[in-house]
Amino acid sequence: MGAILKQHGPWAILAALGALALAVVAAGNGEPVNALWIVAAAVSIHLIAFRYYSRYLANRVFGLDRRRVTPAHRRNDGLDYVPTNRYVLFGHHFAAIAGAGPLVGPVLAAQMGYLPGMLWILFGVVLAGAVQDFIILFISMRRDGRSLGELIRMELGATAGVIALFGAFMIMVIILAVLALIVVRALAESPWGLFTVAATMPLAVFMGVYGRFIRPGRIGEMSVIGLVGLILAIIYGQNVAASPVWGPLFTLTPVQLCWILIAYGGIASVLPVWLLLAPRDYLSTFLKIGAIVALAIGILVMQPTLQMPAVSRFIDGSGPVWSGSLFPFLFITIACGAVSGFHALISSGTTPKLIDNEMDAPFIGYGAMLMESFVAIIALIGASIIDPGVYFTMNSPAAVIGTTAESAAAAVTNLGFPIDSATITRTAQDVGEHTIISRTGGAPTLAVAMAEIFSHMVGGAAMKAFWYHFAILFEALFILTAVDAGTRAGRFMLQDLIGLVVPTFRDTSTLAPGLVATALCVTAWGFFLYQGVTDPLGGVNTLWPLFGISNQMLAAVALILGTVVLFRMKKHRFAWTTILPASWLVLCTLTAGWQKVASADPRVGFLSHAKLFSEKLAAGEVMAPAKSIEEMARIVFNDRVDAALCMLFMAVVIAMVFFGIKACRQAYLSDRVTTEEIHASHDPRGTGALVS
Amino acid sequence: MKRTIRAQLVHAGQMLVGMPSYDTYLAHMKAHHPGKAVMSYRDFFNNRQVARFGGSGKGGFRCC
Repeated sequence: MGAILKQHGPWAILAALGALALAVVAAGNGEPVNALWIVAAAVSIHLIAFRYYSRYLANRVFGLDRRRVTPAHRRNDGLDYVPTNRYVLFGHHFAAIAGAGPLVGPVLAAQMGYLPGMLWILFGVVLAGAVQDFIILFISMRRDGRSLGELIRMELGATAGVIALFGAFMIMVIILAVLALIVVRALAESPWGLFTVAATMPLAVFMGVYGRFIRPGRIGEMSVIGLVGLILAIIYGQNVAASPVWGPLFTLTPVQLCWILIAYGGIASVLPVWLLLAPRDYLSTFLKIGAIVALAIGILVMQPTLQMPAVSRFIDGSGPVWSGSLFPFLFITIACGAVSGFHALISSGTTPKLIDNEMDAPFIGYGAMLMESFVAIIALIGASIIDPGVYFTMNSPAAVIGTTAESAAAAVTNLGFPIDSATITRTAQDVGEHTIISRTGGAPTLAVAMAEIFSHMVGGAAMKAFWYHFAILFEALFILTAVDAGTRAGRFMLQDLIGLVVPTFRDTSTLAPGLVATALCVTAWGFFLYQGVTDPLGGVNTLWPLFGISNQMLAAVALILGTVVLFRMKKHRFAWTTILPASWLVLCTLTAGWQKVASADPRVGFLSHAKLFSEKLAAGEVMAPAKSIEEMARIVFNDRVDAALCMLFMAVVIAMVFFGIKACRQAYLSDRVTTEEIHASHDPRGTGALVS
Repeated sequence: MKRTIRAQLVHAGQMLVGMPSYDTYLAHMKAHHPGKAVMSYRDFFNNRQVARFGGSGKGGFRCC
């Protein structure tokens, strides 16, 4: 009894603290709630889940074995397979999984209030997101670090593998389009922001040349040079923006920026990696980690009060930021941070090849995802501590609130969040922008919040504009890196897919297939980007749900793979750990997908929206927000493409559920273990290392 | 292999961007492939950079 108390007592106290914090946050009774209560609730839930649930998964469900030799030892080559310290590997893995997603999704979800988003982030990560990352890491670690596509082929068959690869490619296309859209929305009509981001290109090229020829391989030196350059670019960006010559040159419309980004994606992804991609990745990674840590410290220091209501009236689906009711769309809008299918690609990438001992896997697989969830919580807090009037002014499309401070103030006040035009104008001036109206996409909103928090710590109000542009730069930097790296990865996926029909297309040594695949990949995401940029409702409303559906679909696929592996290991009595989250995700993606396709509400359903516009078009009428017959026709066409894509995603989910159930049934009926793990070898010393 | 705290921190920083330890590589080559030619740091750095970002298209995934 005493031992049990000693072992679990502190955790019981932590659980009580977490419950108290949750109660305070949930039952605010209209009283202002301090953001630290959310932090306290999140930290205690994360820690308890890590202590109990990840151990349960590791020991009882997966049966991790500290004596089993990991791929890093068995295939140690000092390059791809290297036993790596668990803390170092945690950093490596976390840096690869955390990107713009966990920062943007929660900001968009804040239109429903902070409570729904917070609950989904916390319970989603514990029961779904971290489980997914962990089980894929486990499966890949037991199979020499193979990739998700190969794992699905091994455990679910070749057809399922092709379907999954195709699904992954489509996700890549949508992710690239939506990330690029966020950059467009953040940098359009913002000469200061655009200049600083543009300045990172020559800066990165200089870093690349420095690290290849001048001081080979000095990542630290390169990054310091880059950082100094970045800060100078932000400081002088203000002068550039104010200059009568340079200012207009860097003031671009969304459509101009869209074409520049498409051209950039095409060119950057065929350049040698050392020239632009790698050095900028160094810079953006260090900046990302630094900014996240600084943001967390800033919230602890500032202890801000939440301004957003706990639950807003927009849970009924009538919100201006994105349309659709709480179920299923909240669970689609917040993907990264709660559960992100994309992580399955990373958990089956480099990380499993670097694990020193199987017992490190829960810390890395489950723990790093908890950390990402914490980042999402920080973003949610950021969106909730700014004036809700400002939040809705920034995130509502111009078609809803107009383009002047007066119209926006009137419209947002009418939504139930009082704000006057002077506040809107002053907020824009504070952060050094012409306007903050309809700066959709989440990044500018988060930048305003970051400016608020950072200027509280360093510099005061005078530094707000600097910090705003620092935050924009920090987000744009790793989004551009993701666009570049994603286009490359998408190109190889496409070569693999086309190679199924035309085998010569797989050849990565000749130039033509690579260029054709790159062009196809850029065209694909460029199409959706252009559609989003020219969409009068801002594009986020259309593209973000598509992204969420596709990302959650991949998560469902990964969890189905996990379920099949558990059945094949004859561990089906534990398979609820993956069946539960997989079913929830299948339910959410299919419901959301179906509503996006078939909802009678034209704000939600693509086809009813298309029908509305095509009827007017047939009558020769132009209907707002379209301004011409051509725009009318384009809206109808885009709606139909989006609906088709949605149906495609749903078909992928249904096919994978079918293959999953079939494989589970076979495994269940078999009287022996049928999983295809790489032969187990054990080290009698119990360190996981080969005896050499 | 024992490392100083400073070396360990540098290693952690480099692994954030996927650059493995050159010392570990050298130690591995010495222990398991003695007599085989080893890459210079410069070649090692370039090799790892391509492996992460270019190469087979399998590395360099960045999450959304």
